[in-house]
Amino acid sequence: MNNPSPTAPLNFLNHKTGLWSWLSSTDHKRIGLLYLYAITTFFLSAAVLGLLMKIEKVAPGETIMTAQTYNAMFTLHGIIMIFIVVIPGLAAVFGNIMLPIMIGAKDVAFPKLNLFSFYVYITGACLGLYSQFAHGHSPDTGWTFYVPYSAEASSNVVIALTAAFTLGFASILTGLNFIVTIHRMRAPGMTWFRMPLFPWSLYATAWIQLLATPVVGITLLMVIAERTLHIGFFDPALGGDPVLYQHLFWIYSHPAVYVMILPAMGVVTEIFPTFSQKPVFGYLPIVFSSLAIALVGYFVWGHHMFTSGMSYESRWFFSFLTFLVAIPSAIKVFNWLSTMYGGSVDLQPPLLYAISFIFLFTIGGFTGLTLGSVATDIQVHNTDFVVAHFHYIIFGGMGFGFFAGMHYWYPKIYGRMYNIRWANIGWGILFTGFNLLYFPMFIMGIQGMPRRYFDYDPKFQLGQTISTIGAIILFTGLITMISNLIYHVRRGAIAPANPWHGVTLEWQIPSPPPHENFDEIPVITRDPYVFDNPYTK
Amino acid sequence: MKNHDSHITSYALNLKVLLVLLILTMTSILVIKFHLGAYTVALALILASIKTTIVLTYFMHLKFENLILRLMVGGVFLLFAIIIVITFIDYYFR
Repeated sequence: MNNPSPTAPLNFLNHKTGLWSWLSSTDHKRIGLLYLYAITTFFLSAAVLGLLMKIEKVAPGETIMTAQTYNAMFTLHGIIMIFIVVIPGLAAVFGNIMLPIMIGAKDVAFPKLNLFSFYVYITGACLGLYSQFAHGHSPDTGWTFYVPYSAEASSNVVIALTAAFTLGFASILTGLNFIVTIHRMRAPGMTWFRMPLFPWSLYATAWIQLLATPVVGITLLMVIAERTLHIGFFDPALGGDPVLYQHLFWIYSHPAVYVMILPAMGVVTEIFPTFSQKPVFGYLPIVFSSLAIALVGYFVWGHHMFTSGMSYESRWFFSFLTFLVAIPSAIKVFNWLSTMYGGSVDLQPPLLYAISFIFLFTIGGFTGLTLGSVATDIQVHNTDFVVAHFHYIIFGGMGFGFFAGMHYWYPKIYGRMYNIRWANIGWGILFTGFNLLYFPMFIMGIQGMPRRYFDYDPKFQLGQTISTIGAIILFTGLITMISNLIYHVRRGAIAPANPWHGVTLEWQIPSPPPHENFDEIPVITRDPYVFDNPYTK
Repeated sequence: MKNHDSHITSYALNLKVLLVLLILTMTSILVIKFHLGAYTVALALILASIKTTIVLTYFMHLKFENLILRLMVGGVFLLFAIIIVITFIDYYFR
């Protein structure tokens, strides 16, 4: 293993310079950063759309946009956030940057394929944007592209469908790359159960990416075929079935939720032991709960369809399976809390985000049980309750997990430290704004506020106004957090190789990491979370 | 792969596999002539699955791979089969 040194003369950031050296690099860390910059740009754009939608709803009736513009905005917000930001998100950024280092490899198994995946992703993202502006008819189907509307709408649905299809390819290729990397490129001595838990979560995620994504790809092609060739897959007039679309769409899109959340769970699982200076509690249960979530997650898609005309038998069947998936998630929460219990807890920004992750994800999880139960789901289906639940899981879970990872690995990636005080302030604003924005939506949803409506009954005004104020605060928190990070990329204090006293492999090499990570591939002789490392003292 | 030299299959075997695939393809076309109703789709899927298995086994050399890899591929197809069965349970009871 390399001796850590506080600074390294040559590292992956500076060993080659110039724009072309970045655009053509097959270094996994550089590709990870390319994803990071692209995803951050798209995330901020979609966040602005979300903010505008909330401002529109500050008062009943039309305020700053028309109903059609509102429909286009929630569609664009959904497509960008889901397909371009959240699904690739953590795996593409931190998976790329950290996976090879954490398993003791010099790169992923297929570096050129990795770069190709990035360009496929960019192509899909550009197509998605193009669909919003071509011919002046932005898609207004929502990100789910439900038929029969998506098969008949006069807007640019085909381009948006092609965009989602293309983005799916990037996801499949990344998943394939990670599976082969983990199977073939672990350092000598790194047995499966000596592998850190973030790579384990990526492994479970990669299988979902590889196996579920083709289903939605084919489904979207079928909609395109129905629109252009009038083949009757989903249109009853042509012998098709619209419920079949929902089956096929959710066969992918529910496991996709685990593509989003599993890597975030992996990130916080790295953070809790480091900031408690204590081995992770229940290594094996966490490993198997990741695999169980990935497996059971395949069989619960029908809970999105309780009100779609599915058979009674299928409804209780899917409801039962949905409750099962709560078990491995609860095991993880128990293990995270137990890891901190009795530890030397250091409440640094990464841990603040990780603890927030547990809090928000748990609220999202419990409200998910409300939606997984057929009776209560029928009451709150297609209301703001669903939107709030979804955002607590995806933004509160994946989003805060991403921010946790960013604050955790930032000094490793850039070799600089951000301002801790401003990071804490940013977290406080973000956390407050988040709950003000989304929690009222649970209450309004139970009271009957439909989702995707640009207007509402005046009785919802108070809740909507609180929610809009929350959106403004949340956006302020985002800007505070991101500004702090961007500002200190070049101006921050030099970070040591191991500022958090972590014990996994990435903390044993210089910050920023050298071009090929390790001068010599390390030989692993012990479990990943043993806190007696001489470098940590 | 276990051994890069030992898995080369003979032309005769490849021809036999090709012949079986062609017969199965013809069968899947001919079954349309029989009015089996909803079972036509099931039969077509079963025939397609058999063909896929043969292609994977011989042309994609799965027969010569180690057990873990065969189990992984088998697991993937099992998952796919379960998903199709669950979907059709809805249609059966609706």
